[in-house]
Amino acid sequence: MLGLLPALAAAQGELRFCLRSEPKTFDPLKVEDDASVAVRYLTGGVLVRMNRQTQALEPELAQSWKVSKDGKQITFKLRSGISFSDGTPFSAEDVAYTVRQMMDPALHSPTGDAFRSGPGNVETKIISPTQISITFPASVAGLDRQFDQVAIVSAHSPKKEMAVLGPFMVAEYKSGASLLLKRNPNYWKTDAQGRKLPYLDSIKLDIQPNRDVEMLRFKRNELDLINSLDSEYFDKLATTAPQVVHDAGPSLDSEQMWFNEVAKAPLPPYKKAWFRSAAFRRAVSQAINRDDMARLVFRGHAQPAMGPFSPANKFWFDAKLKPIAYSPDAALKSLQSEGFRFENGTLKDKDGNPVVFSIITNSGNKYRERMATMIQDDLQKIGIHINVVTLDFPSLIERMTQSFDYEAILLGLTNVGLDPNEEMNVWLSSSENHQWNPKEPAPETTWEAEIDRLMRLQASSADPKKRKEAFDRVQEIVVEQSPFIFLVNRNALSAVAQDVQGAAPVILVPQTYWNVERISLK
Amino acid sequence: MTIWRGMACAVLVLVVCLSLFASWLAPDGYAKQYREVADAPPSATHWLGTDEIGRDRFARVLYGTRISLLLAPAAALLSTLMAALIGGLAGYVGGAWARIAMAITDLFLSLPWLFLLITVRALLPLNVSPLVSVLVTFLMLGLLGWTAAARVLCTTAGTLRGSDFVRQARASGISPTRLFWIHVAPNLKPVLYAQFWISIPVFILSEANLGILGLGVAEPMPSWGSLLRELEGLVSIGEQPWKFVSLLLLVIVVTSFQLVLSQEEAAA
Repeated sequence: MLGLLPALAAAQGELRFCLRSEPKTFDPLKVEDDASVAVRYLTGGVLVRMNRQTQALEPELAQSWKVSKDGKQITFKLRSGISFSDGTPFSAEDVAYTVRQMMDPALHSPTGDAFRSGPGNVETKIISPTQISITFPASVAGLDRQFDQVAIVSAHSPKKEMAVLGPFMVAEYKSGASLLLKRNPNYWKTDAQGRKLPYLDSIKLDIQPNRDVEMLRFKRNELDLINSLDSEYFDKLATTAPQVVHDAGPSLDSEQMWFNEVAKAPLPPYKKAWFRSAAFRRAVSQAINRDDMARLVFRGHAQPAMGPFSPANKFWFDAKLKPIAYSPDAALKSLQSEGFRFENGTLKDKDGNPVVFSIITNSGNKYRERMATMIQDDLQKIGIHINVVTLDFPSLIERMTQSFDYEAILLGLTNVGLDPNEEMNVWLSSSENHQWNPKEPAPETTWEAEIDRLMRLQASSADPKKRKEAFDRVQEIVVEQSPFIFLVNRNALSAVAQDVQGAAPVILVPQTYWNVERISLK
Repeated sequence: MTIWRGMACAVLVLVVCLSLFASWLAPDGYAKQYREVADAPPSATHWLGTDEIGRDRFARVLYGTRISLLLAPAAALLSTLMAALIGGLAGYVGGAWARIAMAITDLFLSLPWLFLLITVRALLPLNVSPLVSVLVTFLMLGLLGWTAAARVLCTTAGTLRGSDFVRQARASGISPTRLFWIHVAPNLKPVLYAQFWISIPVFILSEANLGILGLGVAEPMPSWGSLLRELEGLVSIGEQPWKFVSLLLLVIVVTSFQLVLSQEEAAA
């Protein structure tokens, strides 16, 4: 009886934090926005879950699983005796129903997109109530990992998607104000002592886009967690309560700049020639002081970027990549060997055109504006003059994707997933998001053709080693050719109130509450 | 001259003089980045400390003041002249011309100017130097800011057109041009002055608004708007009061303009 007391005490309490926008859906298969992803994470039960700390895949509703050698088929052995939050029993039928729904073209499920590797139908075969095999028409790279995002929905529950298998369930939703999640009484997990999880009674999610209000409320103890803190807010909190802030190190997010290499762009031919020259791009990259950028713009809460993937991505990051050394002298020398000359503080190309270009970034983002100003100052040292232009986001996107009327852009890339397949739309030359030169009918350079080949190779292979080798080479080519000049990887910053126990903030989304079922309040 | 007006004039003269001597008071300029002492508090070397990327805040305030204080009156002059041309002439001519001119004015008044400025800014060529961007920003403010003054001038000119002394002059056979320059224009002058003075703080604040949105003067050139961006958000409140110098200066200058203006308005 005495042994039960701590468990009962721990099982009481409400965790409070903010969603920065309204969740657009509670249907886990239609989730697209960040707020809905958060709700899905807290309420959805998945077959396998990637441990956000170790980045290893762990069993959840599936006790075990096996992927076929060709990467087309996956067989799950499910746990038995599990029920949805409304009491409806869970079985292989629910998994089959979920997969069918997810792959139904009429539903347009963003979750299903990751599995659409080729034309044809997906086949589900229920071997027994606790065993199911799913066969895709073509090989799906990292097939098992993709199921981390697939919350199982009930095939039979009258409550449809509101019947859940995760640790919490939606109890109350006040549009535009808040969302209350209550513990799922039928949640199947227990801790090492046999106590039922989750420890918390409920989670209150306030919908609050204003970061200042979020921080004020955190300081007044009205909130328990803040995810994705800005470096300024982090330092501000750290001065008064250093024990509540957490810097988990470099995240997957990167800040980068790139030049316009679109052949039909309305730019003078001599500028196109600069931008399409790898030597020019590499020299610009070399002349940028990334250390200063990380130290000043992000107050030390960022790391100079080495390539397309952050070192935070433990498996896929190419460890052979080295930090890009800051050397204006070497940059100038390399430009001079390409025919550029430095005259009276101005760099001129071989035809005498002064090297001047504009760099656009989105207005209102003071970090990027500061980065652009530092780049302006750095490149001035090798005689390159930059005009910094801040534009409202829609205008910037219009120039970037429609008119191609720009010279260079500075923006960031938010990465949620770890697998390179999630960036196919960036690296394939035919892709729309191949920003420096989108939708190429055929690769315009040999190195882009090689990237295409390697990306397709890794996507079609089920062998992790082969995939890694291929993607390592992609990363090396990208650094050599510098179509993107990667600048910094921001650190994952968060705040956790002192009365929260068991939270261990990590770099991967959802940072502070990835182990929500084991979080409790003092 | 009241004591308050005198003080306001003295403040404005002092601020203008300081900003004009910026290159002498801060010889290293506004763009130099002292990266090793970034975000530093005030010191003997950097009287108002340095900003996040190490630029001397005192130099930036001086140069920013110069830009805002020189170009806001220029924009005010442009807008007042446009208002005089459109509103004054419409009021003086009257009839259908006045109705058409005021319809156009109303159309301009109904435009959400901030969005219009953002749109115009987005359509401008990208590769312009910071100096050109400053001029363009204030030119846009001047070209879009004449409407309210035009209405006032139209009404005033309309009243003058119907006044006894203008009727008398017209009856004596004076030419319309001479009538305008000798009898109407001098009587419009106080209103023009008042509109000019009113517009200056309005344009200073408009530029500051654009700057806060990151759409004003291009980096590395400072303006009050871009300097005020340092005060964005909760993080700026508290520990570093010297960051508030640009805000304080803006308040003092705008208040001084208002004090000077109240006399001009009385005269009008």
